[in-house]
Amino acid sequence: MAAIETEKQRGRYAALAIAAVVIVLGIPLWWKTTETYRAWLPFSQISELDSLQLQLSVEVEVVFSRGTLSPEQQKKVPLSQTREQEHQVDGKTMLRYRYETKYRTATIMEEDALNQPSAEEADLSLHMLSESACGSVVVYIIPESSTLLPADVKVYVGKRRTALLRATPFEGAGGLKEVLSALEPQVKQVANTMSFNHQDILAALSDRIRIGQVSKESLADSMRALKSSPGYEITFSLLNPDPKSHSLHWDIEGAVNNYIQPLLDKLSPLANFSVDSQILYYAVLGVNPRFDNSVSAYTLNADSLAHVINPVEARLGSNAASSNPVLNFLLYVPDAYHSPLFIRDHSKREVPSNAFHSPRWGGIMVYNVNDMYEPEAEFPVDISINMAKVMGVFLAQLRLMLGVQKTQPPPGFVLQSPGSAGLADWELDRLMWSRSVENVATASTTITSLAQLLDQIGNIVINDNIAQQVSSAVTSLQAAVAELEAGNLAFALQYSREAILASERAFFDPSLLHLLYFPDDQKFAIYIPLFLPMCVPIVLSLLKIAGEIRQRRADKLAKKD
Amino acid sequence: MANCFISLSIFAFINVLVFLPVISSNGVETKASQFFGSGHTNNWAVLVCTSRFWFNYRHVANVLSVYRSVKRLGIPDSHIVLMLADDMACNHRNPKPATVFSHKNMELNVYGDDVEVDYRGYEVTVENFLRVLTGRLPQSTPRSKRLLSDDRSNILIYLTGHGGNGFLKFQDSEEISNVELADAFEQMWQKRRYNELLFIIDTCQGASMYERFYSPNIMALASSQVGEDSLSHQPDLAIGVHLMDRYTFYLLEFLEDIHPASQANMNDLFKVCPKSQCVSTPGHRTDLFLRDPGSALITDFFGSVRKVEITREAVNLTAAVEQPAEAVFVRRPAKSEPLSYVDQLPVAEIIHQKPKQKDWHPPDGFILGLWTLILLVFFKTYGIKHLKHIF
Repeated sequence: MAAIETEKQRGRYAALAIAAVVIVLGIPLWWKTTETYRAWLPFSQISELDSLQLQLSVEVEVVFSRGTLSPEQQKKVPLSQTREQEHQVDGKTMLRYRYETKYRTATIMEEDALNQPSAEEADLSLHMLSESACGSVVVYIIPESSTLLPADVKVYVGKRRTALLRATPFEGAGGLKEVLSALEPQVKQVANTMSFNHQDILAALSDRIRIGQVSKESLADSMRALKSSPGYEITFSLLNPDPKSHSLHWDIEGAVNNYIQPLLDKLSPLANFSVDSQILYYAVLGVNPRFDNSVSAYTLNADSLAHVINPVEARLGSNAASSNPVLNFLLYVPDAYHSPLFIRDHSKREVPSNAFHSPRWGGIMVYNVNDMYEPEAEFPVDISINMAKVMGVFLAQLRLMLGVQKTQPPPGFVLQSPGSAGLADWELDRLMWSRSVENVATASTTITSLAQLLDQIGNIVINDNIAQQVSSAVTSLQAAVAELEAGNLAFALQYSREAILASERAFFDPSLLHLLYFPDDQKFAIYIPLFLPMCVPIVLSLLKIAGEIRQRRADKLAKKD
Repeated sequence: MANCFISLSIFAFINVLVFLPVISSNGVETKASQFFGSGHTNNWAVLVCTSRFWFNYRHVANVLSVYRSVKRLGIPDSHIVLMLADDMACNHRNPKPATVFSHKNMELNVYGDDVEVDYRGYEVTVENFLRVLTGRLPQSTPRSKRLLSDDRSNILIYLTGHGGNGFLKFQDSEEISNVELADAFEQMWQKRRYNELLFIIDTCQGASMYERFYSPNIMALASSQVGEDSLSHQPDLAIGVHLMDRYTFYLLEFLEDIHPASQANMNDLFKVCPKSQCVSTPGHRTDLFLRDPGSALITDFFGSVRKVEITREAVNLTAAVEQPAEAVFVRRPAKSEPLSYVDQLPVAEIIHQKPKQKDWHPPDGFILGLWTLILLVFFKTYGIKHLKHIF
């Protein structure tokens, strides 16, 4: 009897010991070995980034030349004003524009510069006097009677960051304040053209906001220009469908160095560019041109242009080793039978540039060579292509594709063409403003959606490198927003680029694949065969021990009574 | 009477005068509206066949027919990601190698000459498919294996294979669930990797795969409802297997009538393969699609109609200064004699050739050794005196 009792006692101790080991050692061990490694992420800072509050500051300098202000008004200048404008775009996005305007009178040297015969020369000499900071705008007010600008032109915007504004004569006596308030809308219009305006910024934020708020022109511009990317590939192709008749020579290297490279060098703070070229023989257009008797030439009308691109694109080679977007510029020299070939627009009129482009893809130009040789010449004829004319068209198309050129300027404005420099300084500033805002918006949406994804799915492994990328993205974003507030455009762009690179690298890391989707019933199906056979004896013996203890207590109670 | 007529004509004339400026200003409007008809600038297609083995020939034929239509309507290979889980054209059991037919009597070979398969065989896995969709590919992946879409891309996704209620089977060993697919599409939307998405699935109980979608701008079509099986079309007695599934067969028939300038819209696509032809009930889902399906053209997803603008301005560039003399080199050397190819196929020699004289070789060492051995054994056995009988 006693032996049975000791056996039972030993049995009870054994069961209790096993249960203790399972609970104290087993469960923590199982928990530790099945948990996924998740490095720490700054979730609180990321949720702060979700609501975007951007402040853009621009410095406007207004210089009054002689004859625009009365002497007593001149005494009150120099003067500075700050104006702020707030727009609550939607629940999560707020924009604040800050214009810091400084008024002063022109120096003697500037007056001399403004006395030049024409506006271009005035602009050139003004530029030689002082260099304006990146992102700022300088407006020179010239008197109504000045002969610098033609009669119907109110504003002349130069190649750098200066503009000449013709002052409207101010009727009635008044102090400086009245003059300034009369001038304010015109200065604001100039600033909107030369730096940023609300529609451009809204279009840059088009990922975050509903489409209805953006104007149609801005939307068309944003659809045409490529999105902000760390690099772009540009390919120039010469299509020669008839090598038996035309032996074409083009100095593409020289042309790229002379005409395209200055533009790309100026845009280097925004992205890296790589340029290559190729020649395709026996490449046909895929659309049959129609012969037009009135001009005795072949024509391609605008409706058939859309079907030209696809057959050609299938033949184009590309040595792009990266995932950057590619821009293709094609020069098509029609074969001898179909020369000359002209493009007609929707209203059947001739197109002077003989070229067309497709948004986010590139452009095609048709170059007629039939007037360069006699019909009786010996085939194949050597033809040297005029690269200046070709590059002029390609440069215009490239500016459209990169987002440099926007829609028409306001009436009364004359914008000086940047010519061989490729890009005016203020156009670069305008592009930098919209790209910085776009980068900041994209990086913050990427980071917040990544944080949301990682939060929702508890099974994804977060490695250290991802955590580091996310942290660096967050710090760069905060720095970019701070620099935009302070008005340092170049630094803001640089930080925004770093932010977007880091956030994209973190979001598209291959290790973040959501393959660890386990529905709950599958989890049970995996664990039950493993743990149930082990747990059932333990639980049953614990229950038995508990039952015996209760029984003994009941006996003791009964004994007492 | 005449007064009535005169006043009526004056009235009409005034009306024309009033409306003429409206008509001419519409020309400017149409340019902007041409852009906003669809809002996309490029097209992509992801076509996946998920089953292997010879008896699933019809799934490969399904995908290849959609591939063929999509290429014919203009999407280039660089914008198509084609995933075939098995190779039917070069399968050992294919009586007509290098072909995949879609119609009995072998009327249409959908394999063709220029098929570019991006993921083949065992590379077609759930993981690779999700990586392609979300963009989380390793750095070394080439461009042709990536989906490089942007926020203005319309993507067509076509899946076919064996499926069930809420899942699609890949390679007979794994499956993708509708929740995973919906999450993948949501991640694509978060990164704006598509403008609009058309999802077509031809499997049994296909409608269950699009039940869980929750991202905007997705339109989905399936070949059968939950609880129904998608049936195959017809077997070919020479090849021995079913050649295509019914839904895709009638879809291909419908697409053969579409050309790049066609104006057919999505409502026509919903009518493809009614229950009388398909036996199963095809379903579709358009509640997540923001536009009216009647305004979405077939070529918005299946073709690649580019938007085109005329270049109005050109930058005025002056010709560069002439390069120094060493850069200008003589481009036309003296005329060299015309080159010709060596005769590739000397037919005359082949037809009239005489058998070549074989040069005499001394006997192999082995043969020599063998005969020496035989002689030695013979003389050993029978004695040297028999030598005189031989010589």
